[in-house]
Amino acid sequence: MSEKSSGEELQSGLSRAQLVRRAGMLGAAAALPGVAAAAPAAADAAASDALKALTAAEATTLDAVLNRLFPTDATGPGAKEANVLRYIDWSLAGDLSVFRGPYASALAAIDAYAVQTYGAAFAALTTVQQDQLLANMEGGAPEKAALNNKSNPQSGFAPSSSAVFEMIRTHAIQGMFGDPAHGGNVGFVGWNLVRFPGPRLVVPNHEQQLDVVPKKALKSTYQLALFKNTKHTP
Amino acid sequence: MATRLKEADVVVVGLGAAGGTAVWPLAQSGMDIVGIEAGPRVTEKDYPFDEIRNDIRDWMGRFKANREVPTTRLNSTQTATRPLGATGPMMNAVGGTSIHWMTQSWRYLPWNFKTRSETIKRYGASAIPAGSTVTDWPFDYNELEPWYDKVEYRHGVSGQAGNVKGKINHKGNIFEGPRKRPYPLPPLRRSGWNELTFDAAKKIGVKPYPGPTGIRSHAYHDFAGCTYCGFCGWTGCWTGAKASTNLHYIPQAEKTGNLKVVSMARVTEVNVDKDGRASGVTYLKGGKEYFQPAKVVMLSTYMYENVRLMLLSKSKAYPNGLSNNHGQVGKHYMGHGLASASVMGVFPGRRLNLYSGTIGQYTAIDDWDADNFDHTGMGFIAGGMASATMESKPIGTANTIPPNVPRWGSGYKAWLAANADSVGTLAAQMETFSYDDNYVDLDPVVKDDLGRPVLRITFDLKDNEIKSALWMQDRLKDWMTAAGGQNIWTYPPAVYSPNTHAFGGARMGHDADSSVVNRWQISHEVPNLVVLGGATFPTSTGRNPTETIQATSWRAADHVAKHFKSLVA
Repeated sequence: MSEKSSGEELQSGLSRAQLVRRAGMLGAAAALPGVAAAAPAAADAAASDALKALTAAEATTLDAVLNRLFPTDATGPGAKEANVLRYIDWSLAGDLSVFRGPYASALAAIDAYAVQTYGAAFAALTTVQQDQLLANMEGGAPEKAALNNKSNPQSGFAPSSSAVFEMIRTHAIQGMFGDPAHGGNVGFVGWNLVRFPGPRLVVPNHEQQLDVVPKKALKSTYQLALFKNTKHTP
Repeated sequence: MATRLKEADVVVVGLGAAGGTAVWPLAQSGMDIVGIEAGPRVTEKDYPFDEIRNDIRDWMGRFKANREVPTTRLNSTQTATRPLGATGPMMNAVGGTSIHWMTQSWRYLPWNFKTRSETIKRYGASAIPAGSTVTDWPFDYNELEPWYDKVEYRHGVSGQAGNVKGKINHKGNIFEGPRKRPYPLPPLRRSGWNELTFDAAKKIGVKPYPGPTGIRSHAYHDFAGCTYCGFCGWTGCWTGAKASTNLHYIPQAEKTGNLKVVSMARVTEVNVDKDGRASGVTYLKGGKEYFQPAKVVMLSTYMYENVRLMLLSKSKAYPNGLSNNHGQVGKHYMGHGLASASVMGVFPGRRLNLYSGTIGQYTAIDDWDADNFDHTGMGFIAGGMASATMESKPIGTANTIPPNVPRWGSGYKAWLAANADSVGTLAAQMETFSYDDNYVDLDPVVKDDLGRPVLRITFDLKDNEIKSALWMQDRLKDWMTAAGGQNIWTYPPAVYSPNTHAFGGARMGHDADSSVVNRWQISHEVPNLVVLGGATFPTSTGRNPTETIQATSWRAADHVAKHFKSLVA
C-alpha cells in the first residue's frame, strides 16, 4: 500500500477498525504511515500580499518594527522573508479582529514617539534609532519620561508602551513560528530557525532519541491529506 | 416561549470527561438519557497540527468557552479583568476536553482523600494552613479504586504499576495506593529526554518511573496505538490512540438506544419546580429555546460553567442560585498551575528532540508530593508530582528563553539558532488548598455573548503555596543540574488563571454548611441534582485530575442508576 493511497482512504472515511487492521499489517514502528501530502494545493498562501486589515501607512510602520524584532542578518532570514506582516494583517482581519483598534492606536503612537524623539516617522529612522525606541518601549521609558511632564503626563501609548511592545512581539512570534497557512513563516524560515522539522504524523523511535537529527518534513499541516479540507480560521 | 420536549429520566449537561463517562453506565442501566453538549461532533480531520489554531486561539472553544471567559482578580478590593482576546481554558465538542487533554492519567494518592485528618495526626492542628478550609473527602481511596480500575480498562491506560494489592514494584510509583491489577497497557515509548531525566533522578536519590498516560502504547480493543506525532495536547488524536469519551464511551452509550445526544446546544438554566426539585434544563439550539424536562439533572460541564449555571439558575426556592441556600456555591475554589514550579535548563549543543511525543510521555517523581516526605519544620504541607515530559511546539520553544538572553533582534535570533531544542523543562503540579477568601462568583459587569454575567475568580497565592513552590524549585534545580542542564532559570510563583485544572465551588462533603453535594455528588438541597467533575473535589492534589474526574463520575452515575427510584420519589 503506497502512502498516497492510505491518505486517500483516510480522506474517504476508512473506518477506524480498518485503519487499525491496516496498521497492524504494516508493523509496529511504521504503524499508520505518514499520510503523505497531497499535491500541495500551491498554498493560496503565496497568492496575495494585498492588505486585508491594515492601512498602507500602518503597514509601513508595523513592517519596520517587525524587521527589527526579527532582522534579516547573519543568522539568516527574518520577519521580512517570513512575511510576519501578512500574518498580523490576516489575523486582524480574522481571529484577532478584536486587536484591530489597539493596532491602529499602537502604530500611531509609535510614529508620534519617533517624531517626538528623532523628528521622523519610525520607518524613516536608522536601524540604531529604531532599536533604541523599541528598547525604550520594552522597558516602559516613555511612561517614566511622561511622569516628568507636568502639563501632559501621558506617554501617548494605550495602555502603555510596554504593553504595545508585548502585543506586537507576541504576534510577531506567532507569525514567525506558526503554521504558514496563517500567512507568516513563509519558506519555513521560523521553523528552520528553531529546528522544528515540520508536522509529522508518525515519529519513529530513533527520532525521539538524543542528538539524532530528525528528517525534515517541512509543509503546512493543511498540506497533509488528512487536513486538506480542515478549516483553520472562521 | 421554550418548546417543551419529552421528559427524560436523566439529562446530562456537558459531554466531556465527566458527562461523557457518566452516560455509559447510565445508558447501560436502561434509563432514557439525554446528553446536551454545546459543541459539535468532531472527527480526526478536526485535529490539524496547528499551534496557532489549537494552543493559542483555542479554536475548539469558539462555540462557548471563548465567549464566557471568566474575569480574575487577586482579592475582593480589586476590579476583576481579563486580557483582550482571552480564550477559554476548555473546549466544546461531543467528548469535550477529554479530546484535547494532555493525557497524564492519574489515580490520586490515599493521602489526598484524607489530607486534613492525616496532617493533624502527624503534625498537629497548627500545621493546617491559616485560613484554609481544607477537608477530607467523604470517601477514601479504597472506596474509589474499583472505578479507577473500570476507567483504566475501559479506554486503556498505559503505565507501570507500583503497588498491586500491596505488593510494591520499584519500577512503578511506590507511593501509589494498592490497585487490584496492573495497568492494561505498558508505558509509552521512552524518549532520550525521558531516560536522561530518569537517570538524573536516580543520581539525586529519588525514585523516578514512567508516568501513566491515557494513550494506548499499542493497539487496544478497536483503537490504534500512539504515533508520537508531537501534536497531542490542545488537539485531538488523529489515530484515536488518546482516551477520549467521544471514542470510548459516548458512541457505545448511543448504541444501547438509550442515549440521545443533542450537540450544538447551550444550556442556559436549570429549572426548578415549586417543591424545589430540578425539573429539567433550558437550552438554546439554532436560535430556538427548548425545555428538556428530566427526573434527574446531572451537571457535568467544566468547573467554571457548573458553578456559573448554578448561580445563574435563581428561583423562588433558591433565590441565591441553585443549591445555594447555605451560601456554599462558589466557595472552596482552587486551581493548579497557580504556584506551578517549573525550572528550565540549557543543554548546549545537544538535540533533545522534544518536538515529538506527548506530555503523557514522561518521567515522573512522587517523592516530593503529598506526605511522601517529612514536612516537619518546613512551614508547609503537601507538594507536587514532578515530571519531565515531551511535546514542545515551535512557538512555545521560541518563548522559552533564559532571562539573560535578548527577547528580540539579532541577539534573540542567534540564541534560538544555537539553542532551540536544547532547552529542557522540569515541572511540578503543585497542590493548592481552599481558603476562606479564594472563591468564584458572578461578575457584576462583564457579560458573555448572551448578555449573562461571566464568572469572576478571586484568587491569590497563600503562604503555604508560595513556600511549597519555592521549595519545589530547589528540588527541580537539583534534578536539572544532575541531568546536565546549564544556565538554569525559573520564575517567582505567580497566579495563573483561569485555569485548566480548576476545583471546588460545589465541593462534596457530609453537611450542607460546608459543602454543596454529598458523597454521591447529589446536592444537599436539591434531591435530584447531581454535580460531576472538579467542582466537587475537596482538594486539588499534586497531580492531574482527569482520571479521577472520570472515576468519580462513573461512581456517581452508578449510584444514580442503582437508586433511581428513591432519588425521584
